Amino acid sequence: MDVDVLVVATVARALAFATPLLWAALGEVIAERSGVVNLGVEGMMALGAVTGFAVAFTTGDVWWGLAAAGLAGMAGSALHAFVAITLRADAYVSGLSLTMLGLGLSALIGRAWVGRPLPDPMRTVDVPWLRDLPLLGPMLFQGQYVLTYAALLAAVVAWALLFHTRGGLVLRSVGENPTAVDAAGLHVRPVRYAAVLIGGLLAGIGGGYLSLAYRPSWGEGMVNGLGWIALALAIFAMWHPLRVVLAGLLFGACFTLAFRLQTVFPPELLTMLPYAFTVLALVFTAWRRGRHAFGAPEALGRPYLRGER
Amino acid sequence: MKPEEHLQPRLSLRGIEKRYPGVRALAGVDLDVFPGQVHAVLGENGAGKTTLMHVVYGLVAPDEGSMTWEGEPLRLRSPREAIARGIGLVAQHFHLVERHTVAENLALGFPDAPFWRPTRSLLPRLRAAAERYGLALDPRAQVRDLSPGERQRVEIVKALMQGARLLVLDEPTSVLTPTEVDALFAVLRRFVAEGSSVVFVSHKLAEVEVLADAVTVLRRGAVVGRRSAADGLDRRDLARLMVGRDLAATVADRGRARAAAIAAGPVRLRLTDVRVDAPGRAQRPALHVASLEVRGGEIVGIAGVAGNGQSELVAVVAGLRAPSAGTVEVDGREPGSGRRRRGARNQVDAGVALVPEDRTKVGVVGDLSVARNLALRHAHRRPFARGMWIDWQAVARHSQSAVEAYDIATPSTGTPARLLSGGNVQKVILARELDRDPGVVVAVHPTYGLDVAATSQTHERLLAAAGRGAAVLLVSEDLDEVLSLSDRVAVLAGGRVVATMAAADADPEALGLAMAGVAA
Repeated sequence: MDVDVLVVATVARALAFATPLLWAALGEVIAERSGVVNLGVEGMMALGAVTGFAVAFTTGDVWWGLAAAGLAGMAGSALHAFVAITLRADAYVSGLSLTMLGLGLSALIGRAWVGRPLPDPMRTVDVPWLRDLPLLGPMLFQGQYVLTYAALLAAVVAWALLFHTRGGLVLRSVGENPTAVDAAGLHVRPVRYAAVLIGGLLAGIGGGYLSLAYRPSWGEGMVNGLGWIALALAIFAMWHPLRVVLAGLLFGACFTLAFRLQTVFPPELLTMLPYAFTVLALVFTAWRRGRHAFGAPEALGRPYLRGER
Repeated sequence: MKPEEHLQPRLSLRGIEKRYPGVRALAGVDLDVFPGQVHAVLGENGAGKTTLMHVVYGLVAPDEGSMTWEGEPLRLRSPREAIARGIGLVAQHFHLVERHTVAENLALGFPDAPFWRPTRSLLPRLRAAAERYGLALDPRAQVRDLSPGERQRVEIVKALMQGARLLVLDEPTSVLTPTEVDALFAVLRRFVAEGSSVVFVSHKLAEVEVLADAVTVLRRGAVVGRRSAADGLDRRDLARLMVGRDLAATVADRGRARAAAIAAGPVRLRLTDVRVDAPGRAQRPALHVASLEVRGGEIVGIAGVAGNGQSELVAVVAGLRAPSAGTVEVDGREPGSGRRRRGARNQVDAGVALVPEDRTKVGVVGDLSVARNLALRHAHRRPFARGMWIDWQAVARHSQSAVEAYDIATPSTGTPARLLSGGNVQKVILARELDRDPGVVVAVHPTYGLDVAATSQTHERLLAAAGRGAAVLLVSEDLDEVLSLSDRVAVLAGGRVVATMAAADADPEALGLAMAGVAA
């Protein structure tokens, strides 16, 4: 096999694999930019996956399923938003609970559908015009699901909204210094609610991709830690939507290569690689943060109460 | 200028009342602010100045009373409504997003900024405001890289661009150098000359005297006096109104009297070639002190603009940070040398006391009771500690006597320290740190934000500590304070001691220039 064919195939598979990571990590970037950390990504993805599958199976339409997946993720995040923003409970504990709840609930809901394939799953398509680009075409724009192309688009949209609109400015300010936003006569909580809900919506879509397109079926353990990797991805990308795409491709390539090279290396070692990479990424970002004042939104994980500094 | 009698006040407050549990923060305050007027609101800490300003800005809803704005009834439910009417606030603690640029911070204050690229449309308006008032700002600079004076400029420009006709400034000069204060006053004068109004909240009599057209003095939430510049403002008169009694003779006289005794005292704190490297750049140290000695009974003032090595100096003396090179000796030996390093504990045991800059975050543990905060410094020693156990009765006994001795206003010794006012938190810190006669006292901005009474009390405590033989290192940006308390003054600029002089010979102008890094 030619090297460039191998590279193209690896990138294409990496992108397919990374799609749910991209959706979930973009959602987390938006939520965390508003200052609310949500460790419930894994749970929201599971809820999205099972709800999406159930609805698509019942209605026979994957697009209804996808809408349901997004709404299910959003419903999970609404719970987190209420506990962490309105009740001002510890966001980390609340997020972890959401993961537990989402995993348990999805297993319960999904009992009737375990092991049944989706009759009419999402189909792969090519992007007109872009598919003919040399190298980039076969890498990114051929034979993927619509959700994959949409993830790339969503990253660009999220970037434009966050960094070049007034709404994005307010959202980022809420995550950095909610007191300043309050003093400017704007409201902190609605912004945080919106960010967390959008985060849930995107995580749910990421889950839906798994059960409607990537592996059109439902089984317990389907999300299998992707939510946690998405969280690490958000941090590794320094809370920047465009870097999420690059980092997501890198993570995806790790998994893909692990699968491809399993005849050369012990597969256990290779399937471990992405997780080890995650740890290294976290170490690296923590180290960089110390040195260059990079990093997390200033008010991340801190509930806002007027009158506190 | 004196407003004419028939002129309508721009803002008028009648019987404003605000009660918090156990406190009457505002007790029926009346206030009239006229166009073209700088109206100073003078008062001690806890007099209700900040609460009153929050009422005017819509951050706090009054329990009773009414407001009118240019003749119409004014009811504010949020700052947004205040901004819409033309009320701007420059708070004591800036409401800026540090990691955003100046332009982004300005755009945040504009509900009518366009959705796409909100910062772009602001640039012409920013330039216009900058030219009109002489407030130069780089819109692309990140706020975290700006000095406190520049940050304040951002806040002022924000309010001006929002079309403020009444600018409320809460303790605006506390973070500024003398030159910056002059520049600020020039801007404010230009602003009122256009017919706008300024409410200037302060406890600094000298500034009020210079700037204000009218003065309202608050004490314990009530108006205790009004003065007008047209009738002449007298500093003593204002101080008496504010404090409710005549201030004792200035500390300066007593401070100077001790000078002779000091020369004989032993050197208790000695810094030799201490260097503290800024992270990642050893070639440009954040602090490089060739040598600094403080004798017992002596107060050495460190003057300088924040960020010129003061915090590093304080950190190495207090043991919060190890110097990159050089030695810090207390009573002739290095604390903790030859033993395993335990950081600040070595310094505590060697008799170094710290009155830190950030009272509420570094000085006390806000959620712990007053009693426990008072015991923190010596919690590892008798009588508070018996082996690994804490003797709570000893802690309680100690706190009772400390609260009395230092006149700490607290509902009980079990009250969490965060519920105390700034002045009382400082008293808790002083009571703890000056207990057991420390050999070296490091006091950083000890009277920042304190009212006149608490300030003079703090000064007396520090002088008393020196009188008992402590070497006192006083870090302050308040030149008057440094000059009146210190025996010697050392000026830090760019991490180096650029000048040292006897306080009696020091000329404020020369000091100001040295602080600004201009070679004398």
